[in-house]
Amino acid sequence: MTFFQIVQSSWRYMLDGLWITLFLTLTSVVIGFFIAILLALSKMYGNKALYAISNFYIEIIRGTPLLVQLFILYYSLPVIGIRLSPLTASIIAFFLNSSAYQAEYLRGAIQSISSGQMHAALSIGMTKWQAIRFVILPQAIRRFIPSWTNEFIYLLKYSSLSYIVGAPEIMAQAKFVASRNFEFFKVYLFAAIIYFLLVTGFSEVFKYIENRLKIPGTLSQARE
Amino acid sequence: MNKNNDSNSSNHVILRVQNVHKSYNGVEVLKGISFIMNKGETKVIIGPSGTGKSTLLMCINRLVEVDSGKIFLEDDEITSAKNVHKIRQEIGFVFQHFNLFEHLNVLDNVRLGLIKVKKMNKEEATNIALKELERVGLKNKIDLYPAQLSGGQKQRVAIARALAMNPKLMLFDEPTSALDPELIGEVLGVMIELAKSGMTMLCVTHELGFARAVADEIIFMEGGVIVEQDPPQVIFNNPKKERTKEFLNKLTKLYGKEENQ
Amino acid sequence: MESLQIVINSIPYLLKGTVVTLELAFFSIVLGFMVAIFVSIGQLYGSKFVQTFFLLYERILRSLPELVILFLIFYGLPIIGIRLNPLVASIIGLGLRSSAYQSQIFRGAISSLPKGQVDAAYSLGMTKFQTFFNVIFPQAMRISLSGWTNEAAVVLKDTSLAYSLGVIELLRQGTYIIAVTNKPLLIYVICGLIYFALTFSLSKGLGYVEKKLAIPGYEVRRG
Ligand SMILES: Nc1ncnc2c1ncn2[C@@H]1O[C@H](COP(=O)(O)OP(=O)(O)O)[C@@H](O)[C@H]1O
Ligand SMILES: [Mg+2]
Repeated sequence: MTFFQIVQSSWRYMLDGLWITLFLTLTSVVIGFFIAILLALSKMYGNKALYAISNFYIEIIRGTPLLVQLFILYYSLPVIGIRLSPLTASIIAFFLNSSAYQAEYLRGAIQSISSGQMHAALSIGMTKWQAIRFVILPQAIRRFIPSWTNEFIYLLKYSSLSYIVGAPEIMAQAKFVASRNFEFFKVYLFAAIIYFLLVTGFSEVFKYIENRLKIPGTLSQARE
Repeated sequence: MNKNNDSNSSNHVILRVQNVHKSYNGVEVLKGISFIMNKGETKVIIGPSGTGKSTLLMCINRLVEVDSGKIFLEDDEITSAKNVHKIRQEIGFVFQHFNLFEHLNVLDNVRLGLIKVKKMNKEEATNIALKELERVGLKNKIDLYPAQLSGGQKQRVAIARALAMNPKLMLFDEPTSALDPELIGEVLGVMIELAKSGMTMLCVTHELGFARAVADEIIFMEGGVIVEQDPPQVIFNNPKKERTKEFLNKLTKLYGKEENQ
Repeated sequence: MESLQIVINSIPYLLKGTVVTLELAFFSIVLGFMVAIFVSIGQLYGSKFVQTFFLLYERILRSLPELVILFLIFYGLPIIGIRLNPLVASIIGLGLRSSAYQSQIFRGAISSLPKGQVDAAYSLGMTKFQTFFNVIFPQAMRISLSGWTNEAAVVLKDTSLAYSLGVIELLRQGTYIIAVTNKPLLIYVICGLIYFALTFSLSKGLGYVEKKLAIPGYEVRRG
């Protein structure tokens, strides 16, 4: 079979997989973001207990492979009676994983805002919460966006791991197609092209958005 | 040219600092500071760096907590107040490094406190903000962002931001020391006008020309204590303490002879 | 107590898996390092064609999932007559992906050096080659170290993907044990802890090296 024939016969399957991949990535990164806010704020402004818990969580997640986390969720939970579909298990594993990374990016962004901003906000009578909400976060979020888009791309690529537990995303579809026509290399090459286009496309869109959001007069964020 | 203090009639005390002590990690930075400020007075604090001048101003606005001693704004005790945000609204703070909100344009920088803290509606807040921006001569820059302004313009916006809250007292922490020399004048000009208009001002600055022009008293601080506190004529012409004289000599060497404004 | 017995019985197997994981990580990082030096020199000093070639190389490897890279190598090389065992295929896949990231780290470090460094070296009569190895390289390596530490941890964690090619590394050993004992939670958590211990010691160890190599008063940029 020529490569073109492979594409012709398999693009429908790959398209199905593409939607699952995008759904998986987007859901995980968004849910992960909200958990990350809680983690970052607990780590920075929380009491000792909150700090310890969020720090422990972040270190453990960042210190272990995503695949292990996925296996624990997918293969172990049935033992205690919780049976998750491959897709659900993947989403949960991915957002738990992503939340830890995003929390660290968020913390970095918040800490990069000078203490003078907090002082100035307090000096006009804002409460600490108002200062965080109206002064610190709007600036921190802008600095967070480049790491957030990196995280999105990262998850987009690593969502392929959910194929190993059987979620029907791009790689799983590729395997399905290949196991019927035995053209493993060509089918995976097709998958590779899809990932390449996805990643490149999203990177360009994100670059555009970052430029649009930048504060006038400030240098654009350097991003490779 | 000093303002006239009707010394007996309007001895209305705005700020009272009583025996304030403050340590960082066991090192005492403020070792018992006391002074008062009457309504309409301008006082200038001078002293070598690391002496605790910034710490003192931050204590007055409670951006830093004192270890002991008391500070009053009129009759309210700042140092123990439950609602510190209320008191901070009544004290304006101008920082050495401006600390403008980088994500907001000039108008929003000045309006933010009015809208979020004083809960004014947008229109009212805008009117006040424009009035204060006019006072500092920046009414035509309201759409620009901090990163698009010169240092002198930034500091004038910062002054307008503080004034918009209609404070009883303004604190200035070396407002011109981060500026290029040619930009210092525009900020001092605004400050002089403000002093003349009757604002109560406590300024850390080494602009001796400014001090001579508007200060009612100069406080010389060193090593966490007030060494001398006297009117400019006394400080400049015959200071009571030898240390004051030495410090002023050093200053004039560093900054050149002060110009008369 | 049954669990404890299982854990004790599993230890030799898990250790065997850990050794394979470490082999994978070590050889992948070294391969990635060597290729990365080559790629970054090509990108900085090569002709237009060489530069574009390496740029494309980097772009593609950075855009593909590790899993896809592994599959392309595993299924692709036999087509041109190279038959590899899964372990070697994994090392090549992990190493090539890492080379793209490592070269980016080096390039960033090299271009962050002030231009005056090169001028100063030339002014002493050094050649381009001498300048690179005596002045640029030693400084760039130090600046790269923190980014490189990160990358090494990423590779270490990514070795778990070799599971999908059938390499009997830590995770697959764990899966084999589970097939016999039916204790997935216990065994996978232990695997996780082993990985954690490895990444933890890796970053602590490299952090120590970084401190040791730091030039006094020299601001090391954090990656
Ligand atoms: N947040 C802080 N933590 C520890 N030490 C501080 C802090 N802020 C100021 N200091 C120290 O307190 C001393 C006084 O500082 P500061 O009030 O800034 O002096 P000045 O404004 O007169 O130059 C300095 O030695 C400074 O290092
Ligand atoms: Mg100071």
